[in-house]
Amino acid sequence: MREAFDPWTFVIAAYAVGVGATVAMVAWSWLSMRRAEKRRDESRRR
Amino acid sequence: MHGFANPARFLRIAKWLTPLCLLVGIVLTAAALGWGLFAAPAERLQGETVRIIYLHVPTAWLGMAGWMGIAAASFAQIVWRHPLAAIAARACAMPGAIFTAVCLVTGSIWGRPAWGTWWVWDGRLTSMLVLLFLYLGWMALEQASRESGREQSAVPAIFGLLGAVNIPIIHYSVIWWQTQHQPPSITMGQSAIAGPFLVPLFAAMAGFSMIFAGVVLARMRAILADQQAEARLRRKAFAVDAF
Repeated sequence: MREAFDPWTFVIAAYAVGVGATVAMVAWSWLSMRRAEKRRDESRRR
Repeated sequence: MHGFANPARFLRIAKWLTPLCLLVGIVLTAAALGWGLFAAPAERLQGETVRIIYLHVPTAWLGMAGWMGIAAASFAQIVWRHPLAAIAARACAMPGAIFTAVCLVTGSIWGRPAWGTWWVWDGRLTSMLVLLFLYLGWMALEQASRESGREQSAVPAIFGLLGAVNIPIIHYSVIWWQTQHQPPSITMGQSAIAGPFLVPLFAAMAGFSMIFAGVVLARMRAILADQQAEARLRRKAFAVDAF
């Protein structure tokens, strides 16, 4: 017997994984860059 | 390329290029994925699940491009001893590994309705999984070299060059072996994919590539800033000791 698939479940799951990972990666990279540059600027002032 | 190996010049350019790449990449990717989800047609045989292509193909391309970035930077590190080469390789590893993992997961999700299985040990899937393990191994090796005080160690660079052998294996796996994965759909000058699917696909590839470039630049800036702060603190500690 053939299983009935709802194709949108698979599409939404794939987009959630892809978009979620990309957004998390961009946010993490941007924030760590800002933090590191702030730390460097503070070390210059000290 | 040699001109950009100067950290001060690189930072001057990266300062405006990083937000530009990220902004253009996010806008282009959001538009392409929205187009793929809501405006592009469903495929005759695969139906709605074909929409996964707009995520799966760009992440596959960037998983491989990330390792090519590591290999190119490793070459520059070994041959020209560019001061930024090891930093560039380190910056490419994390986004490359993430895109490879996303490619594997989205491919697995796509495989279930298309092939009736989440996973098969065929040439393309297995060589892509090997690429993920290569990324993890490279990151562990690079971190171990750094922690033992060898920031510019040639060992991760050699691993980066040797690992590049896997890239043509991934590409030709669907030609060399009888696989579940379909043969290449886009080759030089021709495409087996129809126009209505191809346009959002190229837009997604361009958008994700810009995001990748922005993330690599941001990570290079973060690594450089960390090194500069650490060097300054070390100099101050030496100066205090001297008194």
